[in-house]
Amino acid sequence: MSGSQIKSEGYSERLETVSSDILRNVRFNKGFILWMGFLILALAACLFAYYIQLRKGLGVTGLRDVTSWGMYIANFVFFVATSLVGMLISSVLGLSGAQWVKPIARIAEIIAVAFAAVAGLVIISDMGRPDRLPYVFLFGRVQSPILWDVTVVTTYFFVSLLLWFLPVIPDLAIAKTRLNGRPGILIKVYELLSLKWIHHPKQYEILRQAMRVLLILIVPLAFAIHTVTSWLFAVTPRPGWDSSIFGPYFISGAFVSGTAAVIIAMYFFRVSYKLQKYLTEDHFEKIGRVLVLVSIVYLYFNLNEFMVPGYKLKSLDAIHLKELFAGEYAPLFWGVQLLGLVIPVILLLFRRFRKPFPMLIISIAVLAAAWLKRYIIVVPPQGHPFLPVQHVPVEWVIYKPTLIETAVTFASIILVLIIVTVLSKLFPILPIWELAEDESGSDIDKTDNN
Amino acid sequence: MSKKDKEKSSEDPKIDEILESSRRDFLKKVGIVGAASVAGAAAIYSGYRYEHAKSDGESVKVLTEDNRLVLIPKDQMKDYKPDPKRLLLRGRDGIKGKKWVMIIDLSKCRNARKCVNACQGAHHLRPYEYHINTLQMQESVNTPAYHMPKPCQHCDNPPCVSVCPVDATFKRQDGIVLIDNERCIGCRFCMAACPYSARMFHWQEPLAAEADKGKEYDIELNVPQKKGTISKCLFSADRLREGALPYCVSACPNGVFYFGDENENAVTNGTTKETVNLKELLEKNGAYRLMAELGTKPRVYYLPPKNRIFDFEKGEEQEYKELT
Ligand code: SF4
Ligand code: SF4
Ligand code: SF4
Repeated sequence: MSGSQIKSEGYSERLETVSSDILRNVRFNKGFILWMGFLILALAACLFAYYIQLRKGLGVTGLRDVTSWGMYIANFVFFVATSLVGMLISSVLGLSGAQWVKPIARIAEIIAVAFAAVAGLVIISDMGRPDRLPYVFLFGRVQSPILWDVTVVTTYFFVSLLLWFLPVIPDLAIAKTRLNGRPGILIKVYELLSLKWIHHPKQYEILRQAMRVLLILIVPLAFAIHTVTSWLFAVTPRPGWDSSIFGPYFISGAFVSGTAAVIIAMYFFRVSYKLQKYLTEDHFEKIGRVLVLVSIVYLYFNLNEFMVPGYKLKSLDAIHLKELFAGEYAPLFWGVQLLGLVIPVILLLFRRFRKPFPMLIISIAVLAAAWLKRYIIVVPPQGHPFLPVQHVPVEWVIYKPTLIETAVTFASIILVLIIVTVLSKLFPILPIWELAEDESGSDIDKTDNN
Repeated sequence: MSKKDKEKSSEDPKIDEILESSRRDFLKKVGIVGAASVAGAAAIYSGYRYEHAKSDGESVKVLTEDNRLVLIPKDQMKDYKPDPKRLLLRGRDGIKGKKWVMIIDLSKCRNARKCVNACQGAHHLRPYEYHINTLQMQESVNTPAYHMPKPCQHCDNPPCVSVCPVDATFKRQDGIVLIDNERCIGCRFCMAACPYSARMFHWQEPLAAEADKGKEYDIELNVPQKKGTISKCLFSADRLREGALPYCVSACPNGVFYFGDENENAVTNGTTKETVNLKELLEKNGAYRLMAELGTKPRVYYLPPKNRIFDFEKGEEQEYKELT
């Protein structure tokens, strides 16, 4: 180390242990190669489905004039929602002084980057003429919410990327001398990306300031990105979409799915990278409480979203709600609300369930339900337009996603997994320098007194 | 629009049809419609000068691009192929000084679906792809059922236009909402926004993709139709350009449609060719607009299904199969 920075006692020893614990995982081992090989093969298979769609047109999906937005748009909303967690963990919790989020913040940013990046691609898969994508920039009209969406999703992606990358820089500088035995190319990349970092106190100061600015900046940005996504629906007059609480409803839902995604990732890294020392039971305990909190807020918005129209029962709202509560979509609707929201909240109120493994199971249920919830928001309201649907083929009346559509959707999920894998496996997954600075050393169970 | 005295309908619909077609033939031979047809479907520009006219030659009346009626010598006439860019600009601009309106008289609709077929023929659509569809409606169990032809309402406050990200769908100064199929990116936001389900999407290769290959794209006809883009009723902008009534309006055998210019306060019935006072027609019949409460301000008015002299027939159930 440069030694120009006055570090607390025992810093260099801690640095040694922390860096060796974390860099141990940075390697091209067999598991990684097999996993990536599997992902890439699966991706190739799914992309073939997209090739068929490109050739034959969107008719290969289950979409028709009645339900013209389906799985792709639901998936897009889900992706945007989940990416919001970067802002929640790093900014809201981080800036409010919760020290325990330190080792989790980078995981949250990786999830934000991956989901935001792929969200952009998902929306292209829904376009009838993807070849005309440049028109959005050439002829874009500010009146259209799609344009707002494109702008904020792109900005959010880049800011999230910076929020991930900036704190990685000192780690790369620390790591580049400690990567013996790894392929030369990886060391070169580290050398290049560490941007001549010499651990000067000035550098750290600038880094901290830049982070502060970005963390503040990303809060309104994240709110904008998902509010605007909700407006894709709320600006139309359709019953089921025509709602004035869609903005906060979507945002609170986003926190639920994002937190669940982070918990799943935490569990995975804790076990397979053997990071029990850093991602402790206490971290799970705390983020479990966060999940309870955001879920309760989301439940509250759900109550508003369904109770108020349910009370008035305007003719078309009544049809829509009946479909959800007791009709064709009832099993899905109640399954999502109960298994993905109500029961998780009740379970997580007990300390016994705020342990890593139970939380993994609960989070998987929450995340799956979050995806299905987006489907319920997007698809059923289109099934009952204002005017009756007549004189069309039967396939047009009820939307059923096809295999091709499902494969293309899977492609997007695989892509997220690829990005998460690369960012977490080839770069330090936890902030080495921040953890080493911690006076309590590697025993970061009691980090709250930094 | 051409005018013709009202004729009493005979009881036999066949005779009616024959009468009707001869009447249309006659109409085609005279007046503006005739002149425009002689000149060919392509628009004629006013570039022809009188000084070139030979005094001995015959003259013809020609409708210019800006809707003036001029005389030009017949031997000076050439088929003119307008520059596609100009066509596009003209298509976005609309016909100056006009405000098109359609009135649909529900008391006369017997679900002949001739409007549907004529429109699908003109725009090269499949039997289940609609610019106009007839719907069986019934407000409540106590009110009678009726048939309702439903084209695009050409809203004056069109939600479809507000949401389009690339200005592919737009409102013209003559009131028509059109689509530029060479601009549309196929996001279908406009479909989600349209409360009248007036829009259709080309989920696959359009029906006449092969036959229309190489044809110049006509923004006022949406032909050739294009895969992966939106289509919908255009108020037959191409016909209006020629001074003719829309395809559906002239195809109806039952006198359901009136079409005309709000600025002139006159609309013409597509079957009887009778031209009437627009305001009077709306007032006397208690006209209304579909879902006016949404604030979309449709340019299509409906006359309620009252005093019908025929029974409601459900119309035979036809099974629609998806064609590829
Ligand atoms: S009826 Fe629908 S498509 Fe037609 S102008 Fe109105 S909103 Fe647009
Ligand atoms: S589908 Fe085409 S016309 Fe409709 S909103 Fe998208 S770009 Fe505009
Ligand atoms: S006005 Fe023209 S485009 Fe519209 S429904 Fe009638 S024939 Fe079709």
